Amino acid sequence: MQFFLQQCLIGLTNGALVALVALGYTMVYGIIGLINFAHGDLIMLGACLALSLVGLLGLAGAGMAGTVAGVVFLVVACGTFCGLLNVAVDRFVYRPLRTAPKLAPLVSAIGVSFIFMNVGLFWIGPADRSFPDLLPAGNLLGDDGLRFAAKDLLVVAVVVPLMVLLSVLVRATPLGRAMRAVSQDQTAAMLVGIDVDRVIAATFFIGGFLGGAASVIYGLYINTIGFQMGFQNGLYAFTAAVLGGIGSIPGAVVGGLVIGLVRSLASAAVGERWTGAIVFTILIVILVFRPEGLLGRRTREKV
Amino acid sequence: MAATPRAPVRPALRPWLRAHWDVVALVALAAAPALVPALGGALGGQMTTLFISCILALGLNVMVGYTGLVHLGIAAFFGIGAYAAAILTVPMNPFQLGFAPAAVLATALCAGVGLALGAPTLRLRGDYLAIVTLGFGEVVKVMLRNLEQITGGMKGLNPVPPPGAGVTLGGIDLGRAFATDPRWFYYLSLAVLAAVVVALRRLERSRLGRAWVAVREDELAATAMGVSATRVKLSAFALSSAVAGLAGCLYAASLSTTADPNAYDFNRSIMVLCAVILGGLGSIPGTLLGVAILVGFDTVLAPWADAWIQEMRINPSGSSLLSFSGWRLAVFGTALVLVMRYRPEGLVPARREAAQVSEVRP
Repeated sequence: MQFFLQQCLIGLTNGALVALVALGYTMVYGIIGLINFAHGDLIMLGACLALSLVGLLGLAGAGMAGTVAGVVFLVVACGTFCGLLNVAVDRFVYRPLRTAPKLAPLVSAIGVSFIFMNVGLFWIGPADRSFPDLLPAGNLLGDDGLRFAAKDLLVVAVVVPLMVLLSVLVRATPLGRAMRAVSQDQTAAMLVGIDVDRVIAATFFIGGFLGGAASVIYGLYINTIGFQMGFQNGLYAFTAAVLGGIGSIPGAVVGGLVIGLVRSLASAAVGERWTGAIVFTILIVILVFRPEGLLGRRTREKV
Repeated sequence: MAATPRAPVRPALRPWLRAHWDVVALVALAAAPALVPALGGALGGQMTTLFISCILALGLNVMVGYTGLVHLGIAAFFGIGAYAAAILTVPMNPFQLGFAPAAVLATALCAGVGLALGAPTLRLRGDYLAIVTLGFGEVVKVMLRNLEQITGGMKGLNPVPPPGAGVTLGGIDLGRAFATDPRWFYYLSLAVLAAVVVALRRLERSRLGRAWVAVREDELAATAMGVSATRVKLSAFALSSAVAGLAGCLYAASLSTTADPNAYDFNRSIMVLCAVILGGLGSIPGTLLGVAILVGFDTVLAPWADAWIQEMRINPSGSSLLSFSGWRLAVFGTALVLVMRYRPEGLVPARREAAQVSEVRP
């Protein structure tokens, strides 16, 4: 029982991280219907920046207060970096393709992902790099009992506030209302005076910011980064977004948590190497029975 | 342009070439081994791989180009074809079929797997279907890696015997000929490619081919006209899978091994998809050109540019920043972005597509 609960806890923590990345996919998809293949590699670049900043600021030896301040700074810095980069990519790559055939932005996104990977390759080199372990390793819940270290707390402490902020932003601010309007109908949104391009840019920034925050947590939590990490993580996050119902923000969170749970339970039950197959089999089965995802809206085909 | 008088032959040549590019290319490629001695060596093997990639891309084109269904896991069917052919032919297994029956069975198996995957999932909306194919690709890759008793794990299966092993025809030991002279595989894969092109071209203009396009353009309208969208999509899925499987058989036989499962991962699926979209969705010459460009970039241009940089002594310290391969991904990515920006319909758009675009932008 304890083992089971422990795996659930690990799964939920990992899942929270997946959810943070999945939000970037689902928000962009919800607003312009693009599978942003470059999102995973954007996060890889965020992790590269985080690694460089940790070295520059000498965070490895800082005390408790220094570490907390450092992590907050890293989240803001990498988040802003990824957000701005995402906006720039939207401006110069995706925006000119708004009226192009549907596959054109998808292929461009693959192209951008290759470019990002190349940048990452020059930034941190071809080999995996270890990310310094800034947080103490002790168990916060006492010695026996479930294991919940400072790292796990960090994930929760960053992810939960960000998600609360995001849902407030989407539900209760003018920008959020504009985002919802654009995702429903771009032309109608334009007619009521919404600057669609700016709303899309804002969406890309928020998605990128969440991705940047995720990259910092990823580095601190997993402790290994490499220029090819974007693909695998992007794949799981994208799967989570689809599982929850792509375009739906709570769906991405639920999907992320489900994927995290499935991964950790599956690797405990049948072994790490089968995890990928199990995750995707479950995904296919769920989609067969609920084609719109767990929380997605059922859309009707229109003439 | 119009003011300059030209020799009367030139203007007639271009439309003639456009109409008969296929025959010209086939004759040129068929004659090439006699004229280019290098085709008897490593270059022959590279050309064989190019033809096989073309077959794979043509298979994907049926689904993505004609029918408009995004497929992100074509490499899985390529892999199933390669492994099925290998399992049926390698000496360590009891089957030990010849190449031809193994290829037929493997192709049929791929069609069957395509049907089995497509039947429950084809009613999904576009992007959900894309993710199902992507997920299937990952599942297949994991299975190829982990079912070691059947697939040989990371080592793959080998040796896959060459076609015609043990058969002597007109005094030539076919198996030996295939194993020692790459020109045999060159001709075999060229012949299969030509057959696939001819078959797809006939299909494209058949009732079924028109139904594919109708479903792509407007599924609801096509259904209203009495086209069974599910059946049409399913046939495209099965055919795509079968052609990809056939390419896989050739691949395993030409390498005489299945290689390790990473040869059939998402990267290959994406590369093939890029080739099809780059060349022009639904266009056979476009798809062929797209593959030629992508493969040519990796196997011809990149090594050549690296050698040139080395020769010019631009890069004495051997830094990866100053080598062409170091920039390979970025160059490739930029090219994709630029082509989509300035020619979203592809380099050689399908005629129907070209007509549509020119209607909008006269």
